[in-house]
Amino acid sequence: MEVPMIEVRHLKKYFDTPKGLLHAVDDVSFKIGKGKTMGVVGESGCGKSTLGRTIIHLLESTDGQIFLNGEDITHVNRKKMHEINEKMQIVFQDPYSSLNPRQTVEEIIKEPLKLSGRYKTRAELNAKTEELMGLVGIDERLRLAYPHELDGGRRQRVGIARALALSPDFIVCDEPVSALDVSIQAQVLNLLQDLQQQRGLTYMFVTHDLSVVRHISDDICVMYLGQLVETAPAKELFAAPLHPYTKALLSAIPSTDIHSKQERIRLKGEITSPIDPKPGCRFAARCPYACENCRKLQELQELMPNHFVSCCRAKEINGL
Amino acid sequence: MRKTNDVMHRRRKEGQFAQVMHRLRKNKAAMLGLSIVLVLIVLAILSPWIMPYDYTKMDIKNKYATPSADHWFGCDELGRDIFSRLLYGSRASLSLGLLATLLSTAIGVVLGSVVGYFGGKVDTVIMRLLDIFQAIPGMLLSIAISAALGSGFGNTIIALSIGGVPMTVRLLRGSILTVRKQEYIEAAEKINCSKLRIITSHILPNAIAPLIVSVTMGIGNTILQAACLSYIGLGVQPPTPEWGAMLSAGKSVITRYPHLCIFPGLCIMVIVLSFNMLGDGLRDAMDPKLKN
Repeated sequence: MEVPMIEVRHLKKYFDTPKGLLHAVDDVSFKIGKGKTMGVVGESGCGKSTLGRTIIHLLESTDGQIFLNGEDITHVNRKKMHEINEKMQIVFQDPYSSLNPRQTVEEIIKEPLKLSGRYKTRAELNAKTEELMGLVGIDERLRLAYPHELDGGRRQRVGIARALALSPDFIVCDEPVSALDVSIQAQVLNLLQDLQQQRGLTYMFVTHDLSVVRHISDDICVMYLGQLVETAPAKELFAAPLHPYTKALLSAIPSTDIHSKQERIRLKGEITSPIDPKPGCRFAARCPYACENCRKLQELQELMPNHFVSCCRAKEINGL
Repeated sequence: MRKTNDVMHRRRKEGQFAQVMHRLRKNKAAMLGLSIVLVLIVLAILSPWIMPYDYTKMDIKNKYATPSADHWFGCDELGRDIFSRLLYGSRASLSLGLLATLLSTAIGVVLGSVVGYFGGKVDTVIMRLLDIFQAIPGMLLSIAISAALGSGFGNTIIALSIGGVPMTVRLLRGSILTVRKQEYIEAAEKINCSKLRIITSHILPNAIAPLIVSVTMGIGNTILQAACLSYIGLGVQPPTPEWGAMLSAGKSVITRYPHLCIFPGLCIMVIVLSFNMLGDGLRDAMDPKLKN
């Protein structure tokens, strides 16, 4: 079997808060194949950004393992970290705070190139910078502009160019379009897809926008309060969600068909606190199918090929 | 389009400093402040050659003489020409103010960057130590250090600068804490910036603005503190004139001979005001978002 680009095994990230341990990412495992896009969806605060940041070591993982190209990179020293950074990059959510306001576009893109030491002469550096700007579609005349002089889409392009500068294999896209206008969103998404095709990039695409994730992903992970509740190929997940939470989430997508009779599943009940949670399914408090067994630790089970669900009643609910 | 190209072209040819100066030039108040500061510095340098009288020459006949054509600003209690003394005294006042503020800012920026960026235990330990310093009134601290080190120019600078360090660190730490949460700092880590580079080229340029104003205002304050020190005999030693010392000396006779206080006081006011205007303008000029 092919070695996945990224594999995560039982990854945990807890934050120490005054009230107790906040389980931001709790026992998450998945694989992302080379050249694929993994979409990670979930509501605000479910730990999807934390997951992405933990994988690329912006945050220190509490427990579990991270593999890059089959190599365990969970614990690394500084030198190794620098190597990893050349293979994994991140595109941030907010293009207004992800660019240094005192650097020009050119300086921002050139900095990683300069630090990498790959380019010996100034001419080489400039050529590479220009190439990157062309690649992400930023006009050459903007190279001395400051970030505040650009619109959101162009800023995000600069952020993408910076992430691409070290020619990484894997990029975490942390809600890269959620801060942009819808018209610009499409442009940036297309850019990301084009780049993926040209360079064989692997993406982990974090978002709460279901239509975006459907458009761009090969596989999708659904997260709820730090836990992975369901993962499946994108088409299959949208066609036949198995977890009660995924069903509710997908039913919330507005339909453009006015004759559509699809019933929206309305969730009741309080969201469980992610601080020192009890074992078992965190969705149980709001789940219409909750039972005694849900209080126990849930295992991720493969109900259909490549379709994993973490719900003890998934089989009976879906009549499998 | 044509115009943007011109702007881009111009900006490419200029360095960072030239850009700041270009923007500063448009700010009239700042330019006024800058010119006064520059004029005073030039006068201070040239003072031995341009002062009309020797600043130590006593002339008992002219004791407390009011301003006249001979003595523009009058004479003091020993009949010394106040104008000459102010001219020569600007050397001590300006250099004390500038150097002591420079030193305390330098220490403050280094400590502030360290505590702001690294946080954690380093932060706690250094900040608590600084709390101790800050608990002692600034003047008392300067007096204590000055008394321990002895008087003299170098020691006075040290004595004056230590008191300003905690304020600088606190101010810088505060703005660094907001800046370091920004995503471009995380991005910088991911493109393999060293910690030093992150601090110097990503954090400090974005966090230093409030400090510039406080530093320029601090210069005025330091000049006043230096005056207090010389008043109690710890700072600059007589007969070297110093604005603050002249002010203090004149205050016992302020009701009868106000000109003994007015002129040194005016000088201090003008220099403090000029530094403040310059500082305000500099802060604006250094922010690319506010340009043009």
